[in-house]
Amino acid sequence: MDRVLALNAWVLYVFFYAPILVLIFFSFNDNNNVAIWTEASFRWYGEMFQNDNVTSSLRNSLVVAFFSTIVSTVIGTLLAISLERYRFRGRGALDGLAYLPIIIPDVTMAVMLLIFFFQAFGIIDNLFGVRLNTGLLTITLAHIAFSISFVAVVVRARLAQLDDSLEEAAADLYAGRWQTFRKVTLPLIAPGVAGGALLALTLSLDDVVVTSFVSGSGATTLPVYVFGLVRRGVTPLINAVSTVMLVASMVLVGISLGFQRGAEARGQKLADPEALKLEMAID
Amino acid sequence: MQKTARFVVTFVVLALMITACGGDGVDDGPDGTTVDGGETDGGAAACALDQVDGDLNFYNWSDYMDPELITAFEEQYDVDIVEDFFESNEAMLAQLQAGASYDVIVPSDYMIGIMIQESLLTSINTDAVPNMANLGERFTTLPYDPGNVYSAPYQYGTTGLGVNKSIVGEDFPRSWALIFDPELTATYPSGASVLNDSRETMGAALKYLGYSLNDTDLGHLQEAADVISAALGGIATFDSDQYEESLANGEVPVAHGYSGNMITAIGDAANPDDFEYILPEEGATLWIDNMVVPVSAENPCTAFTFINYLLDAENGAALTNFNYYGSPNAAALALVDPEVVEFYAATEEAENLEVIQDTGEYEINFTDYLALAKG
Repeated sequence: MDRVLALNAWVLYVFFYAPILVLIFFSFNDNNNVAIWTEASFRWYGEMFQNDNVTSSLRNSLVVAFFSTIVSTVIGTLLAISLERYRFRGRGALDGLAYLPIIIPDVTMAVMLLIFFFQAFGIIDNLFGVRLNTGLLTITLAHIAFSISFVAVVVRARLAQLDDSLEEAAADLYAGRWQTFRKVTLPLIAPGVAGGALLALTLSLDDVVVTSFVSGSGATTLPVYVFGLVRRGVTPLINAVSTVMLVASMVLVGISLGFQRGAEARGQKLADPEALKLEMAID
Repeated sequence: MQKTARFVVTFVVLALMITACGGDGVDDGPDGTTVDGGETDGGAAACALDQVDGDLNFYNWSDYMDPELITAFEEQYDVDIVEDFFESNEAMLAQLQAGASYDVIVPSDYMIGIMIQESLLTSINTDAVPNMANLGERFTTLPYDPGNVYSAPYQYGTTGLGVNKSIVGEDFPRSWALIFDPELTATYPSGASVLNDSRETMGAALKYLGYSLNDTDLGHLQEAADVISAALGGIATFDSDQYEESLANGEVPVAHGYSGNMITAIGDAANPDDFEYILPEEGATLWIDNMVVPVSAENPCTAFTFINYLLDAENGAALTNFNYYGSPNAAALALVDPEVVEFYAATEEAENLEVIQDTGEYEINFTDYLALAKG
């Protein structure tokens, strides 16, 4: 049985990673055509960094991903805590609605946001006489809007596993609500928060549909640009861009894993009441 | 429930506030000069030749415009061009309908018809764009915008057949029979590659039968489906992505596909002389991307000046030499790479090319009948 499972795992890995290896391999192809191998070269990497459109869309993608990840992680974590820990009127309804963005198809979400933005622009124009347009800001807001739910789901799963008694113990030791949150809850859910943030980051870097609808002047992101390139045939340029993005995300995952390990070690320390008391005393 | 409502309202207000604060930054670049000219309802804005009224927001397909042409325009007219890229005509249309603002957009043929119907386009001021006279005759009588009232062709291409002469031989019929005649395809060592696209593939079969590719008679469509199902034995694959590579590799003897991909694949092949791209004599698809100025354009005069600039003979040739698509600019042809001119020579002569038009509700039938034909 073990052998079967191990084999299954290996087959799955090949299934996942073989296409990625092919992608990386052909990014070093000198030919204009992806599938016709001529000789190895860094030609497409050179072209990528010389291509102003690629570099500027990459910059746009990174700016959007950075801000949308931070904001959606904070809001998503707060949403998870309020839904999991507090009882308030309308909680049930909010609970159900919170995950709607996960279910709604991308295109629906895109059209919805597009119309919303321009309606809002109209109102602002009427009230303040300022004429706004779509751009990096609307893309960032849109990414925040669809990432929050994902962050909330991940953080909430972590919160649900958490033992209430730790927080009660902190309260017994005269820790205020904020102190409890900062010294006990947050360190314990940190791996969940980091996981949620990583998910938000990936979603933002990947998104084509929503972004292509709510983008504006000077705000083409990398996935939208790459998708448009395919119309003119697939060149190894796309492979080179993807390879760079892949390496960048793997570095990020590595950092996040390291962070999670650290947090877990600290979490274990916290689970020990003596250590907890000590931390409180130091504060 | 009250709190839920309050939360929603707060969120909306907050979102609006954030938009209001940051909006200025976004608008800084393109909004240098604002002119009321853009608010005309479909009529041409009053612009003089070479007049500019601010920076240009240019919305185009990826990797379709020579960056040197952009730099040269910026220097010549002392304005900035912000180029953005879209990946589907439909998403672009939705943005424009919602109120997005660009100065020049490059949509495809069928979309021009829809945009005219929706009153999204401003008519082109011919006083500001005298180079419209450079357009070849074929490109001034297009079905979706006869007389080029709203659109100026940018680049074009065709859908035809790439033939590997080292397999098929020098003496082959210049006909859709190359992929649809079972007796002919039976002589190939392997099957042909046919596009997996309902309009293109059903259109090719309709053309083979002598009908228009915009034909909306279900009986004719059934005949076309029968042609395809009878030819299945000689078709190796229905493929819209890799066909040009399969052709250049020698995997398929004949490939149905787009001129733009064919020209690069044939040029990169080990022996380019073995290959020929043909337009079947029964007729084929012609597609055209066009420059338009939407009514929401903030700087229509710069837009017209830019269109005039690209329709100039030298600049038109530079564009084609960059992206290797056909140039609708007759005056530019003398300056275009001979390789490209030769490649598109067949198009210049072909009489029976057709542009795919939007058939509205009928559109779904093409998809259904192709699925039926493939079995």
